[in-house]
Amino acid sequence: MSLAFGTRKGNGGKAGAGPSAPAAPSTQHLLRRKRRREAARTLAFLSPWLIGFSVFFAYPLVSTAYFSFTSYNGFGQPSFTGLKNWDYVFNHLPTFWQGLRNTLWLVVVMVSLRVAFGLGVGMLITKVKTGAGFFRTAFYLPYLAPPVAATVAFAFLFNPGTGPVNHLLGELGLPQPGWFASPDWSKPALTLLAMWGVGDLMVIFMASLLDVPKEQYEAAELDGAGPFQRFRYVTLPNISPIIMFAVVTGVIQTMQYYTQAIVAGKVAGGIAGNSGQQFEPGFPNGSTWTLPQMVYNLGFQRFNYGAACVVALVLFAISMAVTSILLRRKSGFMASDD
Amino acid sequence: MLATTSRRGRRTIVAVAGSAVLALLATACTGSSDSGGNDDSASGKDVTITFWHGWNQDNETKAIDANIAAFEKAHPNIHVKTVGNIADDKLNQALRAGGDDAPDVVSSFTTNNVGMFCSTKAFVDLKPLLQKSGIDPAKTFPAAMLNYTQFQGNQCSLPLLGDAYGLYYNKKAFAEAGIANPPKTFSEFAADAALLTKADGDSYKQLGFMPLYHGYESTTEHYLGQYGPTYFGPDGKSNLATDPKVAAMLKWQKGLVDQLGGYDKLEKFRSTFGEEFSAKNPFHTGQVAMALDGEWRTASLAENKPGFEWATAAFPVPDDQADTYGRGYQTGTIVGIASTSKKQAAAWELVKYLTTDTDAVVDFANAIHNVPSTFEALNSPKLVSDDNFKTFLNVAKNANSGTTPAAVNGSGYIVSLQNLGYDYESGKQTDLQAGLAATAKQIDTDIAQAK
Repeated sequence: MSLAFGTRKGNGGKAGAGPSAPAAPSTQHLLRRKRRREAARTLAFLSPWLIGFSVFFAYPLVSTAYFSFTSYNGFGQPSFTGLKNWDYVFNHLPTFWQGLRNTLWLVVVMVSLRVAFGLGVGMLITKVKTGAGFFRTAFYLPYLAPPVAATVAFAFLFNPGTGPVNHLLGELGLPQPGWFASPDWSKPALTLLAMWGVGDLMVIFMASLLDVPKEQYEAAELDGAGPFQRFRYVTLPNISPIIMFAVVTGVIQTMQYYTQAIVAGKVAGGIAGNSGQQFEPGFPNGSTWTLPQMVYNLGFQRFNYGAACVVALVLFAISMAVTSILLRRKSGFMASDD
Repeated sequence: MLATTSRRGRRTIVAVAGSAVLALLATACTGSSDSGGNDDSASGKDVTITFWHGWNQDNETKAIDANIAAFEKAHPNIHVKTVGNIADDKLNQALRAGGDDAPDVVSSFTTNNVGMFCSTKAFVDLKPLLQKSGIDPAKTFPAAMLNYTQFQGNQCSLPLLGDAYGLYYNKKAFAEAGIANPPKTFSEFAADAALLTKADGDSYKQLGFMPLYHGYESTTEHYLGQYGPTYFGPDGKSNLATDPKVAAMLKWQKGLVDQLGGYDKLEKFRSTFGEEFSAKNPFHTGQVAMALDGEWRTASLAENKPGFEWATAAFPVPDDQADTYGRGYQTGTIVGIASTSKKQAAAWELVKYLTTDTDAVVDFANAIHNVPSTFEALNSPKLVSDDNFKTFLNVAKNANSGTTPAAVNGSGYIVSLQNLGYDYESGKQTDLQAGLAATAKQIDTDIAQAK
């Protein structure tokens, strides 16, 4: 702003010299012009991001906040209803709390186990002397499976009546859970599915483990550190930024957990979704009902965009809060000084 | 420190961007729903209209294309551009946006959204057009079909073929169990189901009938088609807790669940069922001896040829309503005119042809094995039907057959009832009346919120 006004003032100052004697621009004026050009260039380089940010983030976010205070069914014009949608979601929609509990369960359990399992597999594979390539491929391949296909396959494998997993458990004399058909076991079954596709984490953990300076392990060994102490005092501080990255991205992904939960519910619930058939996600007994499914259900099946926006904003707030807390506590993605 | 903060800031932005996907989900654009004007089709000028539908199988698209070709032949100045495989979410988006590429005539496989289409005036009210064309809807379409195509007096859509539900039974299993005829009342049905059930340890060699609500088509609303409940009172409030037929149906189903082995045993057996729309359907494989299903099953059974003889009959009715035997649940495809259409006169010609021209309705029904949606077509000698298919034609003609009425929030109330059904059959909810009262209250709250 000051640049623009300054330029005008500068020109005015020179105008008194008369048109017949055009004065050379002052150094200050040249500097301002240079700065303005630099600012324009910077903006030009930033513009793709700025446009993307505005169109795909700022506008949707502002719109979502706006619609959350309106009654809107997708047609006509939204009408302002104040806090009615917020009251409805928090006080008159019991499935919201069920969805929130399920989503948080998945965030806590699924993310923790996935990170721990990914780290474990990464550590094992870096230690393997022969056949490392095979194991790397074997553990990475499931990650490439399309989520719908993987979930359908898991639902068949874990089918309590015909699946080979329960058949094997039965042969071993172990209990045979209902997996995707049981309210108590559906979320653990989804967690197993997530752990099966741990290839992405395994790769980044492997890379970070191979990056830990060998000298540090040698020094620790000379100091008499055992395997646990080497892990605690050498490995962990070196790879803590990667762990934090895995946790933060895992939390964000799990807050958006939709496809696997809805597919598992449909397959196990015997729902084909044909004409006239009603389907609300969450089979069995709402145990796989997550908030992203609720956003879709409220918005596009019940035409209640206002309430759907409230749920979307709650998800956004939780994602932001969890991410901010994690990054604040662990100084971001920087290596620990331990 | 600065670097750390900067990185933290960047990562926070990454987190924010990730979460924005969720925000995007709930974002929508407002659009115009202005009533479209008339067009010059009546004066013989060439007009091209766009018709969106959901059919995507080869035989279906071939059938609808043949129907459209016949229409164009009868109306040389009206040209129809068809777009298939359209689901309702895409449809809603186009109806909101309007514009030159938006459809003029739209059809939907589900009746769930009729309440929304009518109440928001996204579809044109067809009543004046029906009147102008001298069509009496009550004399043209079966009552249930007329019911699911309107909302609070606004006839914003019309039925374009229908689905009727009835009983399929395994004749071989019936003969082995010494059952001569299909059951007509629920007490006969329960006795037959028990006779047809053969235990196999803690499972079944053959189950008489799978009563669970997840047993494919054995849903709360399909069962209630045999009772004829009133879902809503005159004040628009849910009747679930006050209409005794709803509680009666839930109790009857729970009784059947308990009689046939209990929820856990049945649920475990249910999980062994193959895909509903395949040769692994439990009725095809002989896992169940009776099934509640739609008329389309006649075509798939004829194609898959299971190793037993089968037949169809109307689904039994409660003992205290034995005189209503022959009724059943009905649903179907609906068709309407988009309010954003600027060619509504030509669009009406197409809708009128597709829904009321007897030959068009019969040809289409013959091609895709659905129930015709007009009385004339149901009685047409050109309709290809054997005894098994006739069962469903009779269900469609039956004045006692019912459907689920349209609501402003789609199928929300049906899902709420279904959830109560799941809780009650599994034993999670034991106080039925309290459950019904809570469900009715939730339905009223949801509908008030959606208005």
